[in-house]
Amino acid sequence: MAIPELRIKDLHVSVEDKNIVKGFDLDVKGGEIHALMGPNGTGKSTVASAIMGHPKYQVTSGSVTLDGKNLLDMTVDERARAGLFLAMQYPSEVSGVTNADFLRTAINGKRGEGNEIPLMKFIKLMDKKMDLLEMDHHFAERYVNEGFSGGEKKRNEILQLLMLQPKFAILDEIDSGLDIDALKWVANGVNAMRSENFGCLIITHYQRLLNYIKPDKVHIMMNGRIVTTGGPELAVRLEKEGYDGLRKELGIKDDETVEA
Amino acid sequence: MATEVQSLPFDAEALTRFSEERIEPKWFTDRRIQALSLAEELPLPNPEKTRIDSWNFTRFDYNAVGKPVHDPAKLPGNAGQLIGAEEKAGNVLVHHNGTPVFRSIRPDLEEKGVIFTDLATAIREHGDLVEKYYFKTTQLKKHKLTALNAALVNGGTFLYIPRNVAIETPVQTVYYQDAPSSGLIAHTIIAAEPGSSVTYVESFLSGSSVGEGVANLISEVRVGENAHVKYGAVDNFSDKIVTYVNRTGSVARDGSLEWALGQMNDGNTLSENATDLQGDGSSADTKAVSIGSGEQKQNFDNYIRHVGKGTISRMLVRGALKDASNCIFNARTKIEHGASKADGEQTQRVLMLSDQARGDANPILLIDEYDVIAGHAASVGRVDQDQLYYLMSRGIRKETAEKLIVEGFLEPVVDLLPVAGVRNQLSGLIERKVG
Repeated sequence: MAIPELRIKDLHVSVEDKNIVKGFDLDVKGGEIHALMGPNGTGKSTVASAIMGHPKYQVTSGSVTLDGKNLLDMTVDERARAGLFLAMQYPSEVSGVTNADFLRTAINGKRGEGNEIPLMKFIKLMDKKMDLLEMDHHFAERYVNEGFSGGEKKRNEILQLLMLQPKFAILDEIDSGLDIDALKWVANGVNAMRSENFGCLIITHYQRLLNYIKPDKVHIMMNGRIVTTGGPELAVRLEKEGYDGLRKELGIKDDETVEA
Repeated sequence: MATEVQSLPFDAEALTRFSEERIEPKWFTDRRIQALSLAEELPLPNPEKTRIDSWNFTRFDYNAVGKPVHDPAKLPGNAGQLIGAEEKAGNVLVHHNGTPVFRSIRPDLEEKGVIFTDLATAIREHGDLVEKYYFKTTQLKKHKLTALNAALVNGGTFLYIPRNVAIETPVQTVYYQDAPSSGLIAHTIIAAEPGSSVTYVESFLSGSSVGEGVANLISEVRVGENAHVKYGAVDNFSDKIVTYVNRTGSVARDGSLEWALGQMNDGNTLSENATDLQGDGSSADTKAVSIGSGEQKQNFDNYIRHVGKGTISRMLVRGALKDASNCIFNARTKIEHGASKADGEQTQRVLMLSDQARGDANPILLIDEYDVIAGHAASVGRVDQDQLYYLMSRGIRKETAEKLIVEGFLEPVVDLLPVAGVRNQLSGLIERKVG
């Protein structure tokens, strides 16, 4: 199997006619974990939502390809079946639909008719993944995210990641609102995915998560584009100095902050 | 009087003969004849925003019959699938074209004095008890359709639970209708004496052989002091059957009544559900889900009346509307003067799945007391776009995602139904009707 590759080229995205992402370039290959950091409102989450295909976000120019295939021509579900996964910052609640039914439908949607996953195999798989995240098994029968705490929702996102085994995952502030234990469980989940068939982009404000998931590259985003790229040490430096030092060094004027 | 009844296609003489053949006591025959002339005089009900004057409530054959069977596997249609293994040995009554064709009751319950039988048998064998509860929680004279039910009743169930008897195994009835142009005119009575408890569930089914038919159903539930009744139902009459269904209950001190109604008819339906919280500290919980499809017109009125002090009610009504269906939902919570510390809350949600469908949810609170809590929420909307995006982002196709969301939306009643066969019936119906 060829190593998967996600290429984002000169991406421009607007929300309600306001330009937010202005020329975003990034390549992620299978086996790599990249971190995307930056001050509030620079468009990090907008990049994630636009790549997944949220209807509110308009891609005005640029391209996003997965293994050479143009994701931007696809519907949201096609992008997912092509191998893209987005762990969302604010996952929806779906009342009346159990986690197990939801995930089985998703897995079978990808496998196609006539090739459905046998029920027992599915249950075993789900139990195994929930154990890895130290999730109580009764979460399988709970309605999707309904009544979940913030931390439980985040863990549920990672459970879906583990069950669906995508080629690429974007984790949008998966660490926000997590205590230290939950952070470790989430990190365990992501680290369990590590292989040359899986690439990951972690959007975060804090260096903390990166202590547990070691990134290969750290990108800093300001004003709707990546302004500098480095190794894990860049995240450590940011944690100490904040973004101001970097702004001065790179000669970037004040951020025109936008609503994410 | 004789001339007056002639514009209804029923004849008092034929009705008297019908009553005689069923060996009914005189009070009951008299009641039929009186009711027939009332049915002639009284107007149709006037449901808000639904025109029913062209609906066929009166042209049908009331004298269809079914054949008794001994083996539940030989029951007509898919009636047999609804009764589970445990219930087969438990408490089941199956009606075919109004005729009781299969019955089973746990012997220990009969020893304790529980009566569970079809209405016709109950009238013959327990006439006094039937008379005590017959048309007490709803009025015979309410309108043309209640009177018509009293005149032509040809089916129904009688369940009597003596004081302090708790029935553990659910009590189940199944009504299957397949005689051409037939009408099922059923009257069901549940009388739960003080301190007793029961879970009752009924399913209504029909075969396409009925064609244009009628269902006129009345259920009366009397909940005694500190008694607890759970009442589940799945209605599924075919598209050419016009249904009038009236389910009412009256709850005494510290008693409770819970309704779980899956209203899945394919034809025009007028539904009235009402609960009277008479006793102090009594409570009611009404949950009802429905789907409108095709050109179907439906009107659902759910009503809870607080009379006793400290009474509590919850009402959750959900409907999904497809195609060119038209459904009106009224939820009414009334708190009478003197019902202090009453607490009534209602929620109605209508999901529009097509541009041609029409739906309306009317929340009504009528409050005549100061010291109460009351709340309502009503919404008519479309499938939530964020939910849809979320499910699709996991690779689920749009149509499948929509289906999941709608099925989930209608789920609250499914979980409450006590018998696996009936739960499967309702989830199967939801799946078929949504898909």
